Amino acid sequence: MTALRGKLLPPVLALVFSVLLCSVALLISHGSPSTAIFAVGRQVGEGTTLVNIVNTAGVYYLAGLAVAIGFQMNLFNIGVEGQYRVGALAGAIVGGAVSLPFGLHAALIVVVAALAGALYAAIPAVLKVTRGVNEVISTIMLNALAGGILAYLINPSTFGVLRGNNVGTALIPPSGWVPGIPFGPAGTVFGLVFLAAALGVGYWVMMNRTRFGFELKASGESPAAAAVGGVNAKRMVLTAMLLSGGVAGLVAIPELLGRDHTYTVISPSGYGFTGIAVALLGRNHPAGIALGALLWSFLDKSAVALDDVGVSREIVTIMQGSIVLSVVVAYEVVRRVELARARRRVGRESGVTGEAGPPPGDREPATQHGADHAAGADQPAGAHPSADQVGGASTGGGRS
Amino acid sequence: MTTATSNPSAAPLTLPTAPPPRRRLPPLASGLLWVVLAVVVLSTTSYLTNVPQLTASSTAQTALRLALPILLAGLGGLWAERSGVINIGLEGMMIMGTWGAAWAGYQWGPWAGLVAAAVFGALGGLLHAVATVTFGVNHIVSGVAINLLGAGLTKYLATLLFEPVSHNPRESPVVPKFDTYSAAGLSDWLGQLEHAQRVGISDVAGLLRGVLTGMSPLTLLGLLLVPASYLVLWRTRFGLRLRSCGENPVAAESLGVNVYLFKYLAVLASGALAGLGGAALVLNPGQPGYLEGQTTGRGYIGLAAMIFGNWRPGGLLGGSLLFGYADDLRLGSGGRSVLALVYGAVLLLVVLLVVQLVRRRWLAAGISLVAAGLLYALYWSVDELPSELTTYLPHIVTLVVLAVASQRLRPPAADGRLYRRGEGE
Repeated sequence: MTALRGKLLPPVLALVFSVLLCSVALLISHGSPSTAIFAVGRQVGEGTTLVNIVNTAGVYYLAGLAVAIGFQMNLFNIGVEGQYRVGALAGAIVGGAVSLPFGLHAALIVVVAALAGALYAAIPAVLKVTRGVNEVISTIMLNALAGGILAYLINPSTFGVLRGNNVGTALIPPSGWVPGIPFGPAGTVFGLVFLAAALGVGYWVMMNRTRFGFELKASGESPAAAAVGGVNAKRMVLTAMLLSGGVAGLVAIPELLGRDHTYTVISPSGYGFTGIAVALLGRNHPAGIALGALLWSFLDKSAVALDDVGVSREIVTIMQGSIVLSVVVAYEVVRRVELARARRRVGRESGVTGEAGPPPGDREPATQHGADHAAGADQPAGAHPSADQVGGASTGGGRS
Repeated sequence: MTTATSNPSAAPLTLPTAPPPRRRLPPLASGLLWVVLAVVVLSTTSYLTNVPQLTASSTAQTALRLALPILLAGLGGLWAERSGVINIGLEGMMIMGTWGAAWAGYQWGPWAGLVAAAVFGALGGLLHAVATVTFGVNHIVSGVAINLLGAGLTKYLATLLFEPVSHNPRESPVVPKFDTYSAAGLSDWLGQLEHAQRVGISDVAGLLRGVLTGMSPLTLLGLLLVPASYLVLWRTRFGLRLRSCGENPVAAESLGVNVYLFKYLAVLASGALAGLGGAALVLNPGQPGYLEGQTTGRGYIGLAAMIFGNWRPGGLLGGSLLFGYADDLRLGSGGRSVLALVYGAVLLLVVLLVVQLVRRRWLAAGISLVAAGLLYALYWSVDELPSELTTYLPHIVTLVVLAVASQRLRPPAADGRLYRRGEGE
């Protein structure tokens, strides 16, 4: 009960807070919050909006999964943004160049995209394990560089093809397309949305039912304990980063094989950053990420209705930003409240009368350890990226 | 986390032997040495490859202009990280700065724009401080969120306030710029020297003239903020306390330092500096007004410049000048100049090779030799580098520098770590 409340309360609080914040912003700019909310809600039933929400949520879900795999062991794969673009580009180039039977063709594209994403993620991973380079900075640089690689490879002098005013990769022949589920005038759901769902299930199984998942989580929560337990930290970093990059490589594939069939310089960007937001919202849990992806996609796709009621649709981006920030704050506050509660309980049980709360408990190692264990049992198992482990890692040297 | 990764039971029982003492140059001398080396390499390259743009005064002038936003963002990163707070949100704060500069600038002139940019950037900093210091949120998570929020907020505000005037939600109305000043007599004399086409002297004169001509107050302010940051952070009691929060907050706390307060001040200053960096994109002559997406990741590059400079103001200045210079070359004459720069890199590597041979560091010398050979092969085999990729020269340089030198960099010891008052062990 408490665990469930601890999981659900923060996102709800964050959502309410963000809606209030945006309402205030609307009131200041002489808009009407109720009209805006009503318009956004009604938009879901209009035309192809609902199907679009599902399709985009599938894409966001893949991005969220890719980020979450890194988060599980305190790796900040900011580079999902670059990895998915490189993956999609490689898939599109190979898919447009070969001709294979139906099914096999699409499978090849998916594999190539995943491999390309993993390869691009291998650069920061190798730099981290061999040279101690912080992955945050290296992936930020590689994200920017991905834009350059894209522009270079989608050029008529390399792999690009000029169609109208647009330069893109060669069209993938129909044998490489993945058919969707048509809903008549309401649009077509991408077939590969199910790939996203399957990967989500696979992710759950990996984290909760395999040795690798356990080692991943252990390295994330306590690198020292994992090392003592015989986990090779370098290999874990490398594997986690490659897996994350592999999933990232698939992010744009549902759109590529289900709708666009070509990759261009103006193909949508920014999914990687959305993935970070979605993974944070869902706290690295497969179901949570799915909810986060649906919420994000709903906000994105329903925002068009705002223009009709005279509200700038950019209000949605403010809302998304404030949701991310307030949800992490809310998780942190709830976590601390529960930790304090657990400490008090342990204090009572072990007979220490901590009348002033945590500080006396801190001075006594035994009590504090007990409290931490109790808190650990009380906490949801999903790893929370703790600031202790992340960043400033370029020289190593933990606080011992 | 290298200490955590190895098996503790396998750790040696004796203390690791100290590295052999090496004479170290004082920072000022080594800085001067690098400047001289850079000028010598550049002038030699420009002479040998016959690309005079490398040391032309116009090049130096634009390079400085392009380096300024990176420099200010980097200084912002320096202030935050010296207090132990990682600030990935520089980009978002910079975007808020561009909006603030344009909004106040077009109504009340450039000086008001400058102040507004600093205030808007500092607002972003305040948000980061509240999240990371008060609520203990992970620094990188908060930074990413602030980047999202900053971009969203400015988009909304631009649509709301700029569109009625400029009829374009992505653009501000025309913003008045700062006037420029030149050291007239000196500039003319240097101009004569530059046109005299004498090897070495003309190159130095060209670079100096570019820096001294067309200086705006904002540029001067940005350059002065480098020594100012050094003096404040390294030569005052306030700075010592601020840095102690980044090195060991628990020790600082035990000495009576209000760590939260210092972190707040540092992150606020960081945001204001990043905001000024945004103002440099709007208020300096030759720049457009507010444009959506005009920062193009300069906040991140500023952070990279700071790491390049090993968390020191002088190194940071060098890093941002290098990035500004690289940016300028690819804008000015594209692939050919950048190719000449590749030649310059070969020369630099040869110098390093000699230094390493003298120091008997064979592995490093071997790597330098291979790298120099590869770059030289690249220089000979192509006529021009693809312009799509030369755009990202700063990013590639950052990656290479990180890969080569990351072990010698020394970030503040408690950088990015969570600190709670009264919970130290």
